[in-house]
Amino acid sequence: MDTTIFLFLLQDGIINGAVYALVAIALVLVFAVTRVILVPQGEFVAFTALTIAALENGVAPATPWLLLALGGLAALSELIRHFRDLTLRRVARIALFDLALPIALLLLTRWIAPMKIGQVGSILLAVALITPMGPMLYRIAFEPIAHSSVLVLLMASFGVHFSLMGLGLLFFGPEGTGTTPLSSQSFSLGELLITGQSVAVLIVTALLLLLFALFFGRTLLGKALRACSSNRTGARLVGIPISAAGQIAFALAALIGAVSGALVGPLMTVAYDSGFLIGLKAFVAAILGGLVSYPLTVLAALTVGFAEALFSFWASNFKEVLVFTLIIPVLAWRSLVAPHAEEAE
Amino acid sequence: MTAGLLDVRNVSVAYGRAEVVHDVSIKVDEGALVTVIGANGAGKTTLLNAIMGLLKARGRIDFRGRDVSGVMLESRVKAGLCLVPERRELFADMAVEDNLLLGGFRRTRAERNQTIEEIYARLPRLKERREQLAGTLSGGERQMLAMGRALMARPTLLMLDEPSLGLAPRIVRDVFHILTDLRKTGVSILLVEQNARAALEVADYAYVMELGAITKQGSPADIAQDPRLVESYLGLGGHDY
Amino acid sequence: MKRHAPRLIRAASAAAILILPFTGLMPDYWITLFNYIGISSLVAIGLVLLTGVGGMTSFGQAAFVGFGAYTTGVLTVYYGVSPWLTLPAAIAVTMVAALLVGAITVRLSGHYLPLGTIAWGIAFFYLFGNMSWLGAHDGLPGIPALQIGGYALIQPRDYFVVVWIAVVLAVIATQNLLSGRVGRAVRALRRSTRAAEAFGVNTAGAKLLVFVYAAMLAGLAGWLYAHFQRSVSPGPFGITAGTEYLLMAVLGGAGRVYGAILGAAGITFLRDQLQDWLPKLLGHTGNFEIIALGAVLVLLLQTAPGGLWPILFGPPPAPKLPPPPDGDRLPVRALPPPGTPLLQADQARKTFGGLVAVNDVSFEVDSGRIIGLIGPNGAGKSTTFNLITGVLPLTSGQIEFEGHPLEAQTPRRAALLGLGRTFQHVEIVADMSVIENVALGANLRGQAGALRAIFRLDRAEEALLLDSAMRALARVGLADLAHEPAGTLALGQLRLVEVARALCLEPVLLLLDEPAAGLRVGEKKALARLLREVRAEGISVLLVEHDMDFVMSLADRLVVLDFGTKIAEGIPAAIRQDPAVLEAYLGGVS
Repeated sequence: MDTTIFLFLLQDGIINGAVYALVAIALVLVFAVTRVILVPQGEFVAFTALTIAALENGVAPATPWLLLALGGLAALSELIRHFRDLTLRRVARIALFDLALPIALLLLTRWIAPMKIGQVGSILLAVALITPMGPMLYRIAFEPIAHSSVLVLLMASFGVHFSLMGLGLLFFGPEGTGTTPLSSQSFSLGELLITGQSVAVLIVTALLLLLFALFFGRTLLGKALRACSSNRTGARLVGIPISAAGQIAFALAALIGAVSGALVGPLMTVAYDSGFLIGLKAFVAAILGGLVSYPLTVLAALTVGFAEALFSFWASNFKEVLVFTLIIPVLAWRSLVAPHAEEAE
Repeated sequence: MTAGLLDVRNVSVAYGRAEVVHDVSIKVDEGALVTVIGANGAGKTTLLNAIMGLLKARGRIDFRGRDVSGVMLESRVKAGLCLVPERRELFADMAVEDNLLLGGFRRTRAERNQTIEEIYARLPRLKERREQLAGTLSGGERQMLAMGRALMARPTLLMLDEPSLGLAPRIVRDVFHILTDLRKTGVSILLVEQNARAALEVADYAYVMELGAITKQGSPADIAQDPRLVESYLGLGGHDY
Repeated sequence: MKRHAPRLIRAASAAAILILPFTGLMPDYWITLFNYIGISSLVAIGLVLLTGVGGMTSFGQAAFVGFGAYTTGVLTVYYGVSPWLTLPAAIAVTMVAALLVGAITVRLSGHYLPLGTIAWGIAFFYLFGNMSWLGAHDGLPGIPALQIGGYALIQPRDYFVVVWIAVVLAVIATQNLLSGRVGRAVRALRRSTRAAEAFGVNTAGAKLLVFVYAAMLAGLAGWLYAHFQRSVSPGPFGITAGTEYLLMAVLGGAGRVYGAILGAAGITFLRDQLQDWLPKLLGHTGNFEIIALGAVLVLLLQTAPGGLWPILFGPPPAPKLPPPPDGDRLPVRALPPPGTPLLQADQARKTFGGLVAVNDVSFEVDSGRIIGLIGPNGAGKSTTFNLITGVLPLTSGQIEFEGHPLEAQTPRRAALLGLGRTFQHVEIVADMSVIENVALGANLRGQAGALRAIFRLDRAEEALLLDSAMRALARVGLADLAHEPAGTLALGQLRLVEVARALCLEPVLLLLDEPAAGLRVGEKKALARLLREVRAEGISVLLVEHDMDFVMSLADRLVVLDFGTKIAEGIPAAIRQDPAVLEAYLGGVS
């Protein structure tokens, strides 16, 4: 392998790795606050890409219908669970967020779609459609079992993933599409061709990571979210509402997933089930980071991206096998190092 | 019986399979420092956790005239009830200053900034270590941080669970000085302690708890001189097995 | 619930099931469905054992199904080996794979274990799908059918018999495994690993045993699958299938063998019906059943995480064995005469980083005595206990038991030396009967392993072990509760059960951790009486206790700790007046 190919693989790896980094950060965030390993994170990515593709073609995507369906389920779930202590405030909130918002977005989408509002508009609309799905999923599937073990939450996470994937097939069909790049420019750096899209990916990722760091390091809300994962009892004792924290974490995860989807769309063909693999590789990165450390996770994600590029060059058929086998020694090491906690069920 | 700031009536708490607190009634008047003393295993921590809302209890808990037995923990904090728990429950991987700021989570920014300066004035050691991670502090400093965090919420009633636990006698003295200073600012205090003598020196009123029930109550002077106090700690005053 | 008629009922049901397809009452479509149910049941049975009993959740069982299927595929298609001969090969290959993967997996703690199963589950899936030798994504077609004589088993109803005989055998083997000595050890793994270790169970070994057993059942299922479909492709061996098997196990209920079959049936029917109805309902063609299956999993976890079978049928019935003939008993340990030095702690020290939890503590326990270890909260009593029982290693100093230095002490070694213990928070297996919980104490007094259990060759030894347990229960006065599920007892009774279990170990020294906590007065009196009897027999007792009345009236001597240091030692009357003790407990303000 000569330098050109190596640099090419490096570039490829870093770009993919940047996307994995975003998805992995979302996984770590959600795990830290709610102890849920969010397997469906990949679906947020894929669905956003599919939504943008539809909008770019002037077709109304099915996404708002999916959002409405989830809103309906979330409303139902919350009404049933809080049947005995329903307040006007709660009902108003449900009506507004779970029903009015999706309906408004549905009408907006149907009106706007044929107009081909351009790239930026499509991305913004797609993000607006996907982000509310996060808190809805939390309330439907995870809030009722919030006190369960990580394992039970993991199983529920798989359940949500399968349902969501099936719904993706129903709403988006089996076909895969790509989206137009954010920039069709490219320039040469020595022998390397660097596309505008690559630069865009890196800039957006770096920006998001920076915003993240600021949010968690400087704002009280960010600190409160960290507190929930640092010490749950302590967080309750200072009056932090744990349930709201969970919803916010899921909202942030969906937002990040949506942005990742916008970045990934031009890079590959995305179908309703593409999210799973993206999510899995990000998951590897998150595990390597111990599900705790953000900087380590970003580094791990870049490594996974690069390793994947290398493996696909050397032994393309077995790259997944290698990537997933690599987690096992890391898990063993983490398991040894982690404080011993007997999983009580 | 006149209503106090905190009125706990016939409260029983089950913990797992055992009933750990049986039919306990205590009262804290406004501006008072009330202590519940007793040996380990008496159920004192469970009682405090139930009053705070971390555990479910049977019976009635009135705070500032309102029945809070069914109210969620977060709302009790908002109402002015704060707990410094036995294990401190600090955010070990966050800085001292962040721990304090989070204590004022339910208050406005201005209030937070003002109160934190007051706390730094009262507890200068925390100011010195404001950037340090809470997990790296010594036992005594952790206790002070836990108290500081609770005070950030400007509680009407501050509850402390065994503040002397694991602390050297000199530090215990410092902690109790802080408590007496606090009283002067108008904060009511409910102090649960194993260290009976220290608690009785600062309290206005005392309850003795044994194996889940209140066995004695009265003025600290009476309790301290009662020979049965020794028995409740060291046995052979109760049943003969 | 089931008592004596069960054997007959079960045999009759088994026969009826095997005859059913030939009666002409079932259309071929249903027979095929039942074949798939049977095959899935095998995987599900292994999985309920793994999750509900062993406490390990695996998302990757489908990979082992793949190992079984591909082994027979390769051997029959490439090497022309006769299908029946490939059965032992398929199971052997699966066993080897499980041993390799399991060696690491079972050592993962907490949620890292299921994550590990996801990792290798996916890795194996991609391995199957990318090896051209295995036909890559298209797989291996043309696998021959099973044959008896010259007759090929191609008809679903013929295959039905093979599948369901396999299921019946698996059920019998699994239940036999669970009802023996090893079964008890394995059943303690889920919630009471500490209890299992304290009574000599090699928990890592037991976990590996369950893991490999479950994998072998999956391999068998794979073999059956390959010869039914007569082709294999990687599709059914991935994480999706693995999660589906898990859903079956969750539906069936943790550790319930019949529940596994119920779960397999439920999910297979559901999937089948959904494949029919959903496309019509939604107006599109496609595989939408995963939408519903995912939702079912979530709903199940929210409403009935323990599965359906326990809701329908309650906990598993307790074993009833006749007492051993001629009043045979297990050999009894010879105890040293009273007053012999038994346990000697010499400058025992334990530090955690900078914190000194046990500070050069020295004391002695003689045989036939009751020693109380007391001290205020945080004094280091539990840590000292854990040093003696091997839960924690010593930082420095020595502890000797009957002259043996406790070096590199583990709970298992402690049990072998004759140290029996109880726990501060009761550690019993709730859905196991009381007598079985007590019999766990006798774990080291038996030898029967998994194989003997499966083939029912352990009955004589079982009778002895259960008899010993019954005797111990009678001593604590709970003999009439022997066959109740332990989860239904009150705390006081459970503490006595723990003492009975410790007595079953034939201990020289009993270590009791707050045995009176949460007990009512009457229960404490009974416990005190029991401990005095035990002392009279020559067994020593070291107890940590907070109830001062209790420990003062019972103990011969007291050792008082404060801040990890021994501050006093002596008879109760002296300790009560010791100024250092008074200061430690009541506190002082200088």
